[in-house]
Amino acid sequence: MTLDRELVGRSYPPSAVYEVARTKIAEFATAVGADDPVHRDAEAARAAGHPDVIAPPTFAIVVSLEAAFVVLSDPDVGLDYERVVHGEQKFTHHRPIRAGDRLVATTTIDAARSVAGNDLLTARVELATEDGEAVCTATSMLVARGTA
Amino acid sequence: MSGRPEVGTELPELVVRITRADLVRYAGASGDFNPIHWNERVATAVGLPGVIAHGMFTMALAGRAVTGWTGNPSALAEFQVRFGRPVVVPDDDEGAELTVRGKVAALLDDGRARVDLTVTSDGEKVLSLARAVVRFP
Repeated sequence: MTLDRELVGRSYPPSAVYEVARTKIAEFATAVGADDPVHRDAEAARAAGHPDVIAPPTFAIVVSLEAAFVVLSDPDVGLDYERVVHGEQKFTHHRPIRAGDRLVATTTIDAARSVAGNDLLTARVELATEDGEAVCTATSMLVARGTA
Repeated sequence: MSGRPEVGTELPELVVRITRADLVRYAGASGDFNPIHWNERVATAVGLPGVIAHGMFTMALAGRAVTGWTGNPSALAEFQVRFGRPVVVPDDDEGAELTVRGKVAALLDDGRARVDLTVTSDGEKVLSLARAVVRFP
């Protein structure tokens, strides 16, 4: 199928709140080998100027990728989940994600095009606190490989 | 480190081994349980040479080369990658080896610098674009 350019600019309702736990940050930091104490030790984090432990830079994906996937369940998009691969990822951090954050994700389609039989869709996920403080912009380019 | 580096400054090279156990741990921590990252049968059925690392795991490891260099994980203001070729992780104790090199490519406004990364496995580039914008105090 060919993606409809009309989709560009479409936004989806905000996600449910994701509450960032210290233990989840520590688990993620261990999995990616991020050994800086600011990810595990609240004292060390405070000494570095943060209110609590902060997440490694790519932790945002834990919240943002599921939010980006809402576009796949949009019947107007019609991408086949089985054929979708992650093409590109970008994070713009407005401030580090930290323990205690209550994050809400809002997804917008930034680009949609078809190239050489593949459908390329760029979903921008704005992560903000419940109170509206901008935390991170996470942009995922998803590729649905053509069956040809 | 303090003070902004010069264009051309090279980051210390980071070499990381990735085993199947690392992929399982990352799956749990990230919530990405796609079986192509832990199940050989599923991976080969969809045409992959074998189980492959999560692209986001590779991105996280590439980011460590930058945060390890600056000594400040919160200095990474922007980070983007394009996933080029998958990192195939064999079912043995050695796993795959990932090498991350980086260089300061440009000085930007507000005390920031752009770092371009080269991420390879088995001599092949696995990220076809990888760059970070770092803030310096």
